[in-house]
Amino acid sequence: MIIDRDKWQEIFSTINKNKLRTFLTGFSVAWGIFMLIILLGSGQGLQNGVEHQFADDATNSLWVYAGQTTKAYKGTNAGRRIQFTNRDYSRTKSLDKHIDHITGRFYVGSKLISYKTNYGSYDIRAVHPDHKYLENTIVTQGRFLNRLDMEHFGKVIVIGDIVRKDLFKNSENPLGKYVVVGSIPFKIIGVFEDKGGNSEMRKVYIPVSTAQRVFNGADHLNQVMFTVGDASLDQTKAIETKLRNELAAIHHFDPADQRAIRINNDLDNYQKVINLFMGIRIFIWIIGIGTIIAGIVGVSNIMMIVVKERTKEVGVRKALGATPGSIVGLILLESVIITSMAGYIGLMAGVGLLELVNKFMPPSDFFRNPQANISIAVMAMILLVIAGAVAGFIPAKKAASIKPIEALRDE
Amino acid sequence: MIRLQNIHKSYITGKNSLHVLKGIDLHIRPGELVSIMGSSGSGKSTLLNILGILDAYDEGEYYLDNTLMADLSEKKAAFYRNRMLGFVFQSFNLIPFKNAMENVALPLYYQKVSRKKRNKLALEYLDKMGLKPWAEHLPNELSGGQKQRLAIARALIAQPKVILADEPTGALDSKTSMEVMALLREINLQGITMIIVTHEQDIAEQTDRIIHLKDGLIENDANGSEMKQKVFEAIVSEEVAL
Repeated sequence: MIIDRDKWQEIFSTINKNKLRTFLTGFSVAWGIFMLIILLGSGQGLQNGVEHQFADDATNSLWVYAGQTTKAYKGTNAGRRIQFTNRDYSRTKSLDKHIDHITGRFYVGSKLISYKTNYGSYDIRAVHPDHKYLENTIVTQGRFLNRLDMEHFGKVIVIGDIVRKDLFKNSENPLGKYVVVGSIPFKIIGVFEDKGGNSEMRKVYIPVSTAQRVFNGADHLNQVMFTVGDASLDQTKAIETKLRNELAAIHHFDPADQRAIRINNDLDNYQKVINLFMGIRIFIWIIGIGTIIAGIVGVSNIMMIVVKERTKEVGVRKALGATPGSIVGLILLESVIITSMAGYIGLMAGVGLLELVNKFMPPSDFFRNPQANISIAVMAMILLVIAGAVAGFIPAKKAASIKPIEALRDE
Repeated sequence: MIRLQNIHKSYITGKNSLHVLKGIDLHIRPGELVSIMGSSGSGKSTLLNILGILDAYDEGEYYLDNTLMADLSEKKAAFYRNRMLGFVFQSFNLIPFKNAMENVALPLYYQKVSRKKRNKLALEYLDKMGLKPWAEHLPNELSGGQKQRLAIARALIAQPKVILADEPTGALDSKTSMEVMALLREINLQGITMIIVTHEQDIAEQTDRIIHLKDGLIENDANGSEMKQKVFEAIVSEEVAL
């Protein structure tokens, strides 16, 4: 019965000749699906944007900063500065089996760096070789710092790609060239890029051992950073506590003193953002479901009006020999065809808009790659089609069961 | 062709029951041209609806072509309406978004006649009604007389045994009314039983027999011109009394 060609022709000619009615029914469905796609896509874009920001750093890293005590402890006054040394680096390294990459950082600050007549002021990071794992540094030419550079206090430097562009204007190969940092020449051994953006590529790396010697650092460190491999959040927290207790014992501060040292747990942050996205997603779903419900109400309303408007036609058809079943079938099939075609149009329009945004809007830190989950959209569409059918069914059934005389009676 | 025995019909509106038909006995033979007259409230429309299987009756028996029309399912009723009966209404009741040909062809759609065949047949009937040039026109592009001829073509296409017409000339001017009546008479002469509900004397006068309904009962069943005249007078006095 469904593939009765004549029935389809009858339905399509009805649709074709009632364009406004068709448009009104279809519009609420198309709009609902369109909005849902845009919502889902924007949510995904937001999430992609923020996730991209995390791509800069390893997400399983802990960053330890030396600070100032805020509590008196075992005879020492509050307000004392904590100073990390190379021994804290080695201690931390052997703290836990999960720790796989570790580096200290000694603050040198910005220095004038020059090559021939070109110069600029760049931030210098004095680090251990493992630093590249913590910042996800991508070496594009030459190599990064290594153990030998550390041991031999090598005056070697790895420069960011933007530094290279600044100093080597005529795309000259920088490897093996000497740049002057402050007043000391350093040999360029590598060039790097970083997904963290331009500010990251405006930095240079030198071995921490060299920096301590050249820039009067004694054995001082300002930061210790390390990754914990595949440790879980709980294990990471345990490592954090253990480290805090051990450093507290050595540097004589209260382990409960949060300001003495600051430990930034990236995994923790990452988890927070993931939770935030959970929230955003739930929010989007609530709005999305609201949109779909609005669509359902819209379709139901229009179907009820359509059936009412067609009461007379139903009466005529019945007088001419239409069975109630054929009347209900006619109205329902029409509704299903209109809603599914409109849903498809809404789907395509939504996906099309997202693609346009994707293509023409430059990706930012907060929004990139908006994508809608098509299977969810298709589900929503099916839901709307069913809703339209159900909403049409009840009044259609009622219209089909009334006596034709009532339908045909002149008011 | 039609036999009614003691037909009763009440309408229940809320708590009130309105007894409209109070025992109608009527026999109409094949090929008759009958009019039903009566003042408003006499039950003539109700009777027509029962004859058209558009409404059920409460009591009695209705035989259409020797078949008892009782306890019909909607499907069965639709079948009989489609095969046995043709309807002509005062307000034409054409489907506004279908063109003339499609309107005429509609009864055949419900007989599962193929599109090509039913459109061909519809054109033949339109031709008989002199409407062939308007086959592609929508109903609202036609005059009242054309619309009614279109409706008649639609009533005829399924080759029914009986045509039921409810005030077929009610919306037409007198000249067009006469043309439509002539057409109905012509169709009747081809052997189709015709029942016309009307309140117009000059329409009723052209029928062979006048059934005069009053207060849900048959007051007069007139077939001579003298009898007819008596009926007209009775109806006029009824209407004056109202």
